[in-house]
Amino acid sequence: MLLIRCPYCEEERPELEFRNAGEAHIARPTDIAAISDDDFEKFFFIRQNPKGIIYERWRHVHGCARFFNAVRDTVSDKFVMTYKAGEPKPSKLPGVSK
Amino acid sequence: MSGAFRIGNAGRLTPARTARFTFDGKAYTGVEGDTLASALLANGVHLVGRSFKYHRPRGFLSAGAEEPNALVEIARDSARKTPNVRATVQELYDGLSAKSQNRWPSLSFDVGAVNDVASPFFSAGFYYKTFMWPKSAWKNIYEPNIRSAAGLGVAPDQPDPDHYSSRFAHCDVLIVGGGAAGLAAALAAAETGVRVIVADEQAEFGGALRFESGAGIEGQDGWAWAQGVVAKLKSMGNVRVLPRTTAFGYYAQNFVALVERVSEHLADPGHDVPRERLWQVRAKRVVLATGAIERHMVFADNDRPGVMLASAARTYLNHYGVAVGRNVGVYTANDSAYAAAIDLKKAGVNVAAIVDLRDNPSGALIDQARAAGIEIHDGRAVTRVGGKLRVSSMIVQPKNGGGERTIAIDALLMSAGWTPSVHLFSQSRGKVAFNEDKRFVPGTYAQDCVSVGACNGTDGLAASMDEAYAAGAKAAKETGGKAAKANKPKVDADEVWSRGMLGSAPGAGPDATVKAFVDFQNDVTAKDIRQAVREGMRSIEHVKRFTTNGMATDQGKTSNMHGLAIAADMLSKPIPEVGLTTFRAPYTPVTFGAIISHARGPLFDPTRRTPMHGWAEKHGAVFEDVGQWKRAWYFPRAGEDMHAAVDRECVAVRKTAGLFDASTLGKIEVVGPDAAKFMELLYTNPWEKLEVGRCRYGIMLREDGFIYDDGVVGRLAADRFHVTTTTGGAARVMNHMEDYLQTEFPQLNVWLTSISEQWAVIAVQGPKSREIIAPLVEGIDMSDEAMPHMSVREGKICGVPTRLFRMSFTGDRGFEVNVPADYGQAVWEALWAEGQKHDAAAYGTEAMHVLRAEKGYIIVGQDTDGTVTPNDAGLDWAVGKKKTDFVGIRGLTRPDLVAKGRKQLVGLRTKDPKIVLEEGAQVVDNPNQPIPMKMIGHVTSSYWSENCGRSIALALVAGGRDRMGETLYVPMPDKVIEVEVTGMVFFDEKGERLNG
Repeated sequence: MLLIRCPYCEEERPELEFRNAGEAHIARPTDIAAISDDDFEKFFFIRQNPKGIIYERWRHVHGCARFFNAVRDTVSDKFVMTYKAGEPKPSKLPGVSK
Repeated sequence: MSGAFRIGNAGRLTPARTARFTFDGKAYTGVEGDTLASALLANGVHLVGRSFKYHRPRGFLSAGAEEPNALVEIARDSARKTPNVRATVQELYDGLSAKSQNRWPSLSFDVGAVNDVASPFFSAGFYYKTFMWPKSAWKNIYEPNIRSAAGLGVAPDQPDPDHYSSRFAHCDVLIVGGGAAGLAAALAAAETGVRVIVADEQAEFGGALRFESGAGIEGQDGWAWAQGVVAKLKSMGNVRVLPRTTAFGYYAQNFVALVERVSEHLADPGHDVPRERLWQVRAKRVVLATGAIERHMVFADNDRPGVMLASAARTYLNHYGVAVGRNVGVYTANDSAYAAAIDLKKAGVNVAAIVDLRDNPSGALIDQARAAGIEIHDGRAVTRVGGKLRVSSMIVQPKNGGGERTIAIDALLMSAGWTPSVHLFSQSRGKVAFNEDKRFVPGTYAQDCVSVGACNGTDGLAASMDEAYAAGAKAAKETGGKAAKANKPKVDADEVWSRGMLGSAPGAGPDATVKAFVDFQNDVTAKDIRQAVREGMRSIEHVKRFTTNGMATDQGKTSNMHGLAIAADMLSKPIPEVGLTTFRAPYTPVTFGAIISHARGPLFDPTRRTPMHGWAEKHGAVFEDVGQWKRAWYFPRAGEDMHAAVDRECVAVRKTAGLFDASTLGKIEVVGPDAAKFMELLYTNPWEKLEVGRCRYGIMLREDGFIYDDGVVGRLAADRFHVTTTTGGAARVMNHMEDYLQTEFPQLNVWLTSISEQWAVIAVQGPKSREIIAPLVEGIDMSDEAMPHMSVREGKICGVPTRLFRMSFTGDRGFEVNVPADYGQAVWEALWAEGQKHDAAAYGTEAMHVLRAEKGYIIVGQDTDGTVTPNDAGLDWAVGKKKTDFVGIRGLTRPDLVAKGRKQLVGLRTKDPKIVLEEGAQVVDNPNQPIPMKMIGHVTSSYWSENCGRSIALALVAGGRDRMGETLYVPMPDKVIEVEVTGMVFFDEKGERLNG
């Protein structure tokens, strides 16, 4: 069972308290009704599913109930870092080259 | 005396404290502190089991957890029966009853042993090759017969009456293994004040000190030192000492699972203590001190009872005071067996000879053995043994061939060297390295752990304890401990053993057809491994699966290295290139009881009951499970079946009134200055202009435009909405709302609160509903003018606060009375009493379903399936046409969602009104087309409607609304049912009854 740091509670809690909520940094277009079919496809259906570093949303559902973002390595399953919803995608990751 | 083989002055047990037990019905006496194995050996019993495949007679190989042979059934009573218990770890208690397994009619005469004679037929992979033809025989003949012959032991056929417990624990340093190294590490860490857990699988700590008579520490013999350390650790507040506790799984981020056998060793455990306890430990640092396991020699018939590991014989002697024979032989490629021979000789057991595969072995132990007068045959091999149910002789030959010599023995001790136990290290995803001593040892670590002592390939007591003490101190320091005191235990006397050998010994080579076992438990011989390579298996993972080498409880403990060496030899490759199989949890078998703990029976999943549950129970309700909820399904009266009860309930609602418990509905309060704006975004409907005190039926979509949930929403104030959701959707709708509020619309000033369990809901539906409620209500004008359909009022009912909704899920005049949950049953009873005056009925979920279907009201999740749009469901009217944004607005205009020919929800009337369609049945437009037919839709809801006097159904049908009046067909296995496509409303089409 993984330990995940909730950026709101500011502590590591067991995975049991959390729920994954899919890829992060996919903003809902503010003019969503007007976007093209292609743009809607990209927004709603297309996901990275990378091997390696993934930016994803988690919810501390059995804790503070807040949604936040996390950087995780899908190969080692290790969390690199977590940060609050709305904060920009981190440009530098601790302990990760490139 | 507890057995003829008990030696008076040897061992650590107290002979006076006897314990009686039975094995296969025969009574024996042992001593407290014995294992079942040592107690049987004390009584001269070696034959204890039959092997898995060949039914060969088997005895004890080991004295510990690695035992592959001595698996027995322990039964306290008919329900407390445990198969496949290793006799070498089962502690003896007075009254213990054990039985051998896998034999019929008896252990010494087993019919299944015919498999041994027929073994050429059962070679590796025989399942895959033999039972291929004819195909039909697999299901009817081969599989049932293989299944009945396969497996070891018989599972109990009654529920487990014992209870188990589970604990989470956190510590700074977890030490796995309580031998000399583990205890040194624990001592170092404990002294610094950090939180320490130290666990060992045995009843007493000490590990190999149990048999190492040559060990001396701090002026005491090794075992006495260990007991002193344990007593000291137990007295420290920061240390938890867990004996009888096996660390069986090592998971991510130093999460280690341990199982503690709490009462398995007690004669009368009573009901207060659990049988086992699962510890889920999160440790900042883990010190692995799991030791090493001795390997057997691979030669012909090395599985005969009486042939065992040298360290096992030494353990039985030095700890339990039991001689494994009176005239023992030794076969070794390693020094440690010499120590066993010397100890036995000193205890008065005749050592017939030591056969050493090595040429001219030298060293202190060899000299000691010579001095003790033990004959040593070096450069020679034991090529086979005599005896069947017990070893009777060993046949010795120069290792490169030559004249044979037969030496009579009654036990044979063997040692091919020691294999570091890297199981947990490997489970932690660490990578092993093959070192110059031809051992796999921990290489690259993946987690915050460290291996010390024998499991790290470190030889000798002094070196192991130095390493362990330093590791314990370092782990403690890294987790915030003070600097360790320099109290490192001083080793006075040590035992250091040189290496051994891997693979098959002479006489079991590539040309031999003998049975030289590599894996005793799975009956895998050296020949099987070679055959696997010959048949094309190149990777050790393939060899393992083809032969089953190292599978089951063995998990490679005794078999792995020999199997690997033989395969590498066949492939002419170095061992590391062939690779080591992956070790998996559990290290030793773990019961399901320990893993599930209390989560069984009624505690398996929470049961949710409404506040009125007790009333419904008292009034004979039959309940159905809806998620975790228990909902009243129908209320049968005497003599009524479900059909009759539902018909009566449905008629009563439309004739007078009915009471329905709707408390399970999800309820969410949406509050704040931007509450209406938020509702506009989350639901398709317009909300800004909804007047305070009015309600609206709302539809929630996902972003892709499909219906996600629905429910009636009441506006209690400009900034306060009382939202209802489906019963099953309550939690996910709340999650969906929170998601959008927190991440997409965080600028909105809104607060969401789940109030599902705060409000009990009593639906009162039917023409008499107002008359039933009104007398109990204060402060609400319930006239049609003051409180029209789809309105909500706050006031009091029976003196308690209520949110009174006028709404209908039946099509008749109706109300939903929300009251604080604690008053739910009291208000229900008051309404029931009023209802009795009007012949009202209590109705359940089945009648609710029928009544709403009569009106064509959909149930999300039944009439929709996540691919249905509001338009498909005939609910376009609920989508705000002027709105510029809501979740799903863009999805609704996707090409596929606006295309012609989509499945639309329609009504179906069977031509024969008596036929009730089956829900889920497929609809076709031409029943005479060839199979597979083109299916154009399916039935989503179908009931007998007593109010309509006929069957009714809803269905999703391609282009359904353009097919009104068309005849379609529902093919069933026995007939084809003709149906007519109609509108969705079957009763009161004009909707006059809402105010009736």
